[in-house]
Amino acid sequence: MSSPLPPVHRERSTSIPAVLVRIIVLGAVLAVTAFTVPLMIQQQQWMWLAVMVLAAIAIFVIYSTKRFIPGKYLFPGTFFLAVFLITPIILTVGYSFSNYGDGTRGTKEQAVNSIIANSVVQTDDSTWYNMSVATQGDPVEGPFTLFLVDPATGTVYSGDEETELAPVPAADVTVENNYVTEASGYTILESREVNDAYNALQEVAVPVDENSAVRVQGANQAYVGTTLLTYDEAADTITDTQTGAVYTVGTVGDSEYFVNENGERAFSQSWLQNVGWSNYQRLFTDSNIAGQFLAAFAWTLVFALGSVALTFVVGFALALILNDERLKGRRLYRSILLMPYAVPGFIALLVWSNFYNQDFGLINTTLGINVNWLGDPTMAKIAVLLTNLWMGFPYMFIVTTGALQAIPGDVMEAARIDGASRFQTTVKVVTPLLLVAVAPLLVASFAFNFNNFNAIELLTEGGPFLPGEYTRGGTDILISMIYRIAFGGSGADFGFASAVSVALFALTGVLAAIQFRFTSVLEDVN
Amino acid sequence: MSTQTSQQTSVTAQRRMPFGRWMAEVGWRHVVGILAVAFAVFPILFIVSASVNPLGTVSSSGLIPKAFSLVHYESLIAGDRGPFLRWYANTVIVCGTVALVQVFLSTLAAYAFSRLRFAGRRIGLLSLLLVMMFPAFLAMIAIYSMASGLGEAIPFLGLDSLPGYIIVLLGGSLGQVWLIKGFFDTVPKELDEAAIIDGCSHWQVFTKILLPTLTPILATTILLALVGVLSEFLLGSIFLTSNDTKTLAVGLYGMLEGDRSNNLGVFAAGSVMIMVPVIILYQFLQRYIVGGSTAGAVKG
Repeated sequence: MSSPLPPVHRERSTSIPAVLVRIIVLGAVLAVTAFTVPLMIQQQQWMWLAVMVLAAIAIFVIYSTKRFIPGKYLFPGTFFLAVFLITPIILTVGYSFSNYGDGTRGTKEQAVNSIIANSVVQTDDSTWYNMSVATQGDPVEGPFTLFLVDPATGTVYSGDEETELAPVPAADVTVENNYVTEASGYTILESREVNDAYNALQEVAVPVDENSAVRVQGANQAYVGTTLLTYDEAADTITDTQTGAVYTVGTVGDSEYFVNENGERAFSQSWLQNVGWSNYQRLFTDSNIAGQFLAAFAWTLVFALGSVALTFVVGFALALILNDERLKGRRLYRSILLMPYAVPGFIALLVWSNFYNQDFGLINTTLGINVNWLGDPTMAKIAVLLTNLWMGFPYMFIVTTGALQAIPGDVMEAARIDGASRFQTTVKVVTPLLLVAVAPLLVASFAFNFNNFNAIELLTEGGPFLPGEYTRGGTDILISMIYRIAFGGSGADFGFASAVSVALFALTGVLAAIQFRFTSVLEDVN
Repeated sequence: MSTQTSQQTSVTAQRRMPFGRWMAEVGWRHVVGILAVAFAVFPILFIVSASVNPLGTVSSSGLIPKAFSLVHYESLIAGDRGPFLRWYANTVIVCGTVALVQVFLSTLAAYAFSRLRFAGRRIGLLSLLLVMMFPAFLAMIAIYSMASGLGEAIPFLGLDSLPGYIIVLLGGSLGQVWLIKGFFDTVPKELDEAAIIDGCSHWQVFTKILLPTLTPILATTILLALVGVLSEFLLGSIFLTSNDTKTLAVGLYGMLEGDRSNNLGVFAAGSVMIMVPVIILYQFLQRYIVGGSTAGAVKG
């Protein structure tokens, strides 16, 4: 038995309520495990199955006996940390060696299905359906699911590019006038939205069987047509039944595609595959990307250091000025200056972004100037720093006020007796003492701003962008640049974005190590 | 010299001071203070003013409302621009749960790190500091695909569900360990040693000795965590897609993004309804917020 403190006593015999609580909790864990494990097996969620089983075992080992006392306190938080923070980081490292992205999410089989389904042509005896378009994602970009009603029989079907057409239980959908108007778990697009998504919908083909697929015609009709292409599994080739052309698997860029006899990419679909170090190669050798990365890194440092310096200088100056016992209303000043700290960040940033509007914004209209705040790279950077100053100075003001009051009065007294002026006392005595006390907070503030995504995205959305440049705008810091690479307009490139993320993880780690040294946290842990 | 006498001398000095001297010594501090207050308050003033401006556009909103109307509040509560009350309730649920659980789990771990001695304690504390520095947001793609996988097996915890969003946010459960450990370290160890000699178990020491001593500070930590979650909008905007599951941050952002110039009034009204409770709580807990934010600094 291990007791936390000097073992001068033995663990007391446990009370009955404690035993009861323990039994109930462990029973509940067992019940939840028994309930979820079959579901996870059924859906082939092996990772979650492992998480569930390991967690259940850990809970039983740690909580059923009187041993592992530190474990009892550490396990709950560590569990969430491991599952939702560390596992994603590890997965991200894995993604960085793959070509994961738009068009390469699925397996090879899904890619082949999609290629075949896309070659559908309408025939004379095609079946026609009344179509409703639904999505679980974005109404513009999809992915889309088609809900079809056979006007002859009234049967409802659904399917998407990766799922074959299948009947839907009537309980899951609402049908009006032979159109599906509601489907549980989906948002049905309105006709205006269907029009907006017209181009994307023209590409959609829902496989029915090996030789036929559903394609969209107009805004509310769909038909079953036969496919022109066939896939030969043994030879791993796709054959065009009309022209006789044969497409084989070949490598284009860093991913495999089906290519024609000249080795050119014949279809845009690819599949998830391992691409080795090529994402990293691209990051470090592509001169454009490497240049963007370095430029963003430089601005990230300026932004983070500038934010810390500005907020600290303003906050500290205010604390010095307002922390004078002759000043009346000090408490009132303090209460009011605390207010920006209480305003949720997303509100503050969105409101500030309105202030910078060139024509109607509060700043230009009040000051009678006509500065193009968010359109000019330099002014946009100043705008970002100014806004961050507003958001951050109350914190520094509070912290330095607290630290100032903690400095013993006799230190100042001694300085004054030695003949130092008020100014000299402040600069030579108070400031160094205070810096020692708040240095760790300055470091934490730097680390926070280094990856302060919201401050950029909600204010400027990274802009302004140079003509023809989409990955990095004038105010983009590294983390918002990654966001643009991963989810930007030119199609999601998760593999590459993951590689950049890993690079940023490494950078954060190095900075953290430097900071640890700087603040000597390492020596002080007790 | 005691502070009391120094205060007395300064007060008498102030009375005798001529205006010029007073200005040079004290008055200019008021000038700076008032400027700082103006800088701190004008955006808040703008939000309040825009929220009662019936036109609700960027161009018509200033610091002083030209007309007064509660039309934006009415249209929000009536649900004309989306289920605002639902969003409010969702936000309360998400922020409340995440902040409470986060501080509770952090407190548990902080107790172990502060009071118990075990192998790997030092390494654990330091790696925690390191891990918490990594922006979880960078692993968003992985988090998204994990959550969608979990949702296939247990839809209750999948994408576009509040419980799913909550458990993902709980990944930051140990975020407050260092801060709270700092508080625990200030409570003398003799106190719990005495309790153990009196027959308390480690759990009783935790709940009966340490927690009551630190209740106000822990309450403040919960408030700070709450405001942190309140601002979380990035994961939310990816996770919560249907109107019924959105939080205020996601919902209001979507509303403003839909029509930036004309929805300002409604956005401002929503913001006021979020800000006011938080600002009031901050005023009440001001003393502890100052203490809480410097505790880490004092610890070094």
